[in-house]
Amino acid sequence: MSTLVVASIGPASSVQDGGRFGAQRYGLTPSGAMDKLSLAAANSLVGNAPLAAAIEIGPFGAAFTAKGGAVRVALAGASRPADIAKRPVELNTTVTLADGETLTLGFARGGSFSYLAIEGGIDGEPLFGSLSVNARAGLGSPYPRPLQAGDTLAAKPASDRPERRITLPATASGPIRVVLGPQDDEFTDEMKALFLDGEWKISGTSDRMGYRLEGPAIRHMHGHNIVSDGTVDGSIQVTGSGAPIVLMADRGTSGGYPKIATVISADFGRLAQTPAGTAFRFKAIAMADAQAEARKFREQIAGLPDHVGEIENVELRLEALMTANVAGHAVSATDVGTWQAVTSG
Amino acid sequence: MSPANVFEVMADVLPPPRLLPSGDSAITVEFSRTIDETANRKVLALDRALVDAAITGITETVPTYRSLLVHYDPSVIAYDALGAQLLALATGPLSLAGKTRRWRVPVHYGGADGIDLEDVAKALNITPDEVVARHVAGQYRVAMIGFTPGWSYLSGLDPSLQMSRRQSPRLLTPAGMIAIGGIQTGIQCLAGPSGWHILGRTPIRTYQLHREPTFLLEPGDEVTFYAVDAKTFIAQDQAAEAGAIIAEQVAA
Repeated sequence: MSTLVVASIGPASSVQDGGRFGAQRYGLTPSGAMDKLSLAAANSLVGNAPLAAAIEIGPFGAAFTAKGGAVRVALAGASRPADIAKRPVELNTTVTLADGETLTLGFARGGSFSYLAIEGGIDGEPLFGSLSVNARAGLGSPYPRPLQAGDTLAAKPASDRPERRITLPATASGPIRVVLGPQDDEFTDEMKALFLDGEWKISGTSDRMGYRLEGPAIRHMHGHNIVSDGTVDGSIQVTGSGAPIVLMADRGTSGGYPKIATVISADFGRLAQTPAGTAFRFKAIAMADAQAEARKFREQIAGLPDHVGEIENVELRLEALMTANVAGHAVSATDVGTWQAVTSG
Repeated sequence: MSPANVFEVMADVLPPPRLLPSGDSAITVEFSRTIDETANRKVLALDRALVDAAITGITETVPTYRSLLVHYDPSVIAYDALGAQLLALATGPLSLAGKTRRWRVPVHYGGADGIDLEDVAKALNITPDEVVARHVAGQYRVAMIGFTPGWSYLSGLDPSLQMSRRQSPRLLTPAGMIAIGGIQTGIQCLAGPSGWHILGRTPIRTYQLHREPTFLLEPGDEVTFYAVDAKTFIAQDQAAEAGAIIAEQVAA
């Protein structure tokens, strides 16, 4: 049987999928990939369901060795140097490790998390419908903790189909979009403006639970203690010191600081990938626009398999082009950035 | 709640509930800004009403002291449409009808399992035994479960035991901690940080993997405590580790 063995790995690397839902009422946080679009890209490349479990690799390097047979993997998300025995491996492509070969990954560049999907998926025991690691709750499979050197993941033998490449659809850039609330009325208009106009940087002490932000101090109108209420991915709490914390995939299910705004779901992964120390801004948008973006984002994830092609053949996805044209979008045959995800609807 | 008023319809004494946008995929229905008994009962009643209403698009709900967080799929239902339905239910007559479960939970008070018991007694100018007597006399309700798996926040603490939280939270407190903080008492299932005063420790696991049920308590459940000695605690703790429920469910 083929296996993928973790030869070396840095902290903040773990098996993650679309997340664990349905038990937030018992204090169990969803976890799941920090950047679901990149998870879906890696999975789509190897023919897995978009939100199947894959290896989320934090900012540091890692190496994986195929043992017992060939293993096909795909790398997406944050760019990083990658090679097999000095043979470079491209981001957003599949590659097959022959028995005994090692894929070596360097530090992430221009992002924080990369996703390594394994053809055939990750073999494990789902708990509450998910393999995602939640170390605090002792959940996750095959290991209920971040990955360590020596860990072994069962894998299907690599299929004989050609290697593939994904051409990602254009995604938003610019400010991280938020909708104000639920407790924006705990802040004056001046403080809301300071939050929205200010320049922010993610602190180096951030992790999968929360991203601590460095920037202007945001003062509360009535103090920083509110009665704990529910949180969501992207809730922006303002702590007693006036420093906002964006709650991420491993957040507590409830929190007792006022929440000035919430990152829209379409931009959550983009924020997750913003490296510590890089300046960025927020921008408030209307609920209707945020929901339109959320629907577009889901369609984009569902449509990723249509952006996958054999490595020499990706420019000839006529079907995707035609579908996009039927939907009435302006599409350039030479600019893949204008191609639309093919939606199931 | 006695059986006689199980079907009582709650009087509307709070300000009207508010809808608070919580991103593009969740709405908070807020009944009060403070910890309020009526608000919490309304939260739990709305939670039950949503089960019956079976609104398409709602993915899960999270009851808290004063609000209900409703997660939903914006591809199925939009904020305005869902918000209108939630507000209609929240402002309507919310029935308390529904089965309430009641649990008896053992606690080993004091000693190494209740490191703050002596200090709490000193601060309140009563004996440690009196603190325990008042704590076990309480009729509590699970107001919410949150923060970490199984962490159960209970309302109903004797006002004479209410005191502010520790100046500096402890970074690690043990699993099974029974503590008081502010006007609440709680059962912390997993080891973790806490600023509460630790009175004792329970052998029960409110969250245990591979046990049926994984989560023992539900928001809205009633809880009473009873004191056990160290020897009983150890025996119960071993049985609980092996998957026994230990907490007794009694007829409400």
